[in-house]
Amino acid sequence: MEKFVKLTGSACPIDQSNVNTDQILPARYLKWTRAMGIGKVLFHDLRFDAEGNERPEFPINKPAWRNPKIIVAARNFGCGSSREAAVYALCDHGVRCVIAPSFGDIFSGNAVQNGLLTATVTDEEASEIIDALTANPELPVAVDLEQQTVVCGNRTYAFAIDPVRRTRLLNGWDDIALTESYRDKIAAFKSKDQTKRPWAIPAANP
Amino acid sequence: MTAPQTLVDKLWSAHEILRRDDGESLLWVDRHYVHEGSFHAFNKLSERGVTVAEPGLTFGVADHYVPTRGSRRDIANPEIARMVRQVEENTAKHNIRLFGLDDPGQGIVHVVGPEKGLTLPGLLIVCGDSHTSTHGALGAYAFGIGASEVAHVLMTQTIWQKKPRRMRVTVDGATAPGISGKDIVLAIIAHIGADGATGCAVEFSGSAIRALSIEGRLTLCNMSIEAGARCGMVAPDQTTFSYLKGRPYAPAGAAFDAAVEEWSMLKSDPDAAFEEEVTLDGRRIAPVVTWGTSPEDALPIDASVPDPSSEADENRAKYLRDALDYMGIAPGKRLTDIAIDRVFIGSCTNARIEDLRAAAAVLAGRTSKVPGLVSAGSTPIKRQAEEEGLDRIFREAGLDWGESGCSMCVGINGDLVAAGERCASTTNRNFRGRQGPGARTHLMSPAMVAAAAVAGRLADVRPLLAGRKV
Ligand code: SF4
Repeated sequence: MEKFVKLTGSACPIDQSNVNTDQILPARYLKWTRAMGIGKVLFHDLRFDAEGNERPEFPINKPAWRNPKIIVAARNFGCGSSREAAVYALCDHGVRCVIAPSFGDIFSGNAVQNGLLTATVTDEEASEIIDALTANPELPVAVDLEQQTVVCGNRTYAFAIDPVRRTRLLNGWDDIALTESYRDKIAAFKSKDQTKRPWAIPAANP
Repeated sequence: MTAPQTLVDKLWSAHEILRRDDGESLLWVDRHYVHEGSFHAFNKLSERGVTVAEPGLTFGVADHYVPTRGSRRDIANPEIARMVRQVEENTAKHNIRLFGLDDPGQGIVHVVGPEKGLTLPGLLIVCGDSHTSTHGALGAYAFGIGASEVAHVLMTQTIWQKKPRRMRVTVDGATAPGISGKDIVLAIIAHIGADGATGCAVEFSGSAIRALSIEGRLTLCNMSIEAGARCGMVAPDQTTFSYLKGRPYAPAGAAFDAAVEEWSMLKSDPDAAFEEEVTLDGRRIAPVVTWGTSPEDALPIDASVPDPSSEADENRAKYLRDALDYMGIAPGKRLTDIAIDRVFIGSCTNARIEDLRAAAAVLAGRTSKVPGLVSAGSTPIKRQAEEEGLDRIFREAGLDWGESGCSMCVGINGDLVAAGERCASTTNRNFRGRQGPGARTHLMSPAMVAAAAVAGRLADVRPLLAGRKV
């Protein structure tokens, strides 16, 4: 997994709360593999109308924000379905960081697995950044995961992230390799548990 | 003396293999459910050339893409057919028991698990689906995970987790007749918000929760994710044990009695501390419907939708305007004045036998003013409903009686609500486009959907229940 340390780039404001994973990636694209180009259909139904024409009012369709590295949104971004493909769509579109006051729990877990940073700021800070970007779309935003800061214009904001997730992103760690190193402990747990909780094993396949 | 523990603490420590210094724990997984959407994870296994660590603890279903009408094997859309075939191939390759298209036990994953006795108190259960929280209704620690985590569980039968905050939601007081688990959970979400329980493991308690059947508790825990919760749970009790007795994969005979003895200890100690406490008065819960595009946009049926112009907070006013605009509802309109185009009774939220009975009790001898589909949560439930004659009631009311699957809950099998159409639905998400691009969804209980069908608009079910056995 790619490490995340620092990032500076174009930031697209999406001034909506409860942006859910159905909106990030509509369910009909869940059949797609990543190789089919899932980044192209990011926010599909928000970006395009029923005839497939761009909706000019949706921020990602505006010239300055067509290929954002960062998205700034209102509270509860990524709520809803557990589809990790929503994170694939963001990543494959080039987004590496989402800034919001809160995130769907499963979404932020999926994000860290793919090197996407979810940076938590307050409601007021998110609105301030969104307002600044709306007033000045070209304004670059700089995110520093070591310092845990977001710099937008002449303002610097501290953001929150779970320390474990922070370490994982900074190092680009892969869970599976780590877990394999605990193979013996897992085996020991399993054999002890089987005598302790015999009822936890499914009855023979009826 | 150990410190008093919550149910969450007890379930957590029973599964903790190790805890790292940074606070992440490696947990043992007792049951892993997979479905068509798990193909990303199986592909990751193929890339690494590894097999499933514990196929005996892994169970598959075909639910999200299966057709509900016509011959189940004749899937016209090749992409949908491929999704169903993939889960068949992946489970066969890895020796995983599949409740597939032709299996008499087929159904929606969160219905099949409890029904088969695979879901038990005290288990840690995961599935690559957010509504895995459903299984907590039986006193399990159950949560949805993403594809990378699914691959991790397939390879190791373990998962890394950070201990969640503990929240208790207490609903005391007897609910009025006609009030179901769905009304309770929608009232809770409206109260705490769609992110009100983010990062929390929620234990539901109180006399109104205890009084719920297992079906009602499954509905409740199913929607705990709609408040952002990591998982929801109800401590197992006699209702739970009676429900589980005799289920195919549950322990039997003396093993069952021994298990019940252990399961009986799975409850929060009297003085255990929760980081968050929320209480609701069960006596004050009326039938609830959603009016907007988030499950938190829920109101009692006798209310009116909000009026953005009387909202002081500009952000909130904008949210209300956008939601009403998408839903095509005039500000301040009375909920009971909103006409509907279609109804759907189905999904892992509300398509168990009790749900179908509740809807049939309202529809018996009446006609639906709008078209609609009823899709049982599982094939066994479908059969049971037919034995009870419920299918006849639905058909005579003018509704379609389909096969079991996720169906119109998410529409990816082709059962869609058309753009602009308004659907009264027993499902769990009223997100924009959830039931199809441009579709407008109102969430409510099965009885309330039946009432909406009869009235052709959102309606209070209570008068329709007068003199009927429910
Ligand atoms: S019925 Fe709906 S919510 Fe439940 S698993 Fe299927 S798609 Fe998800």
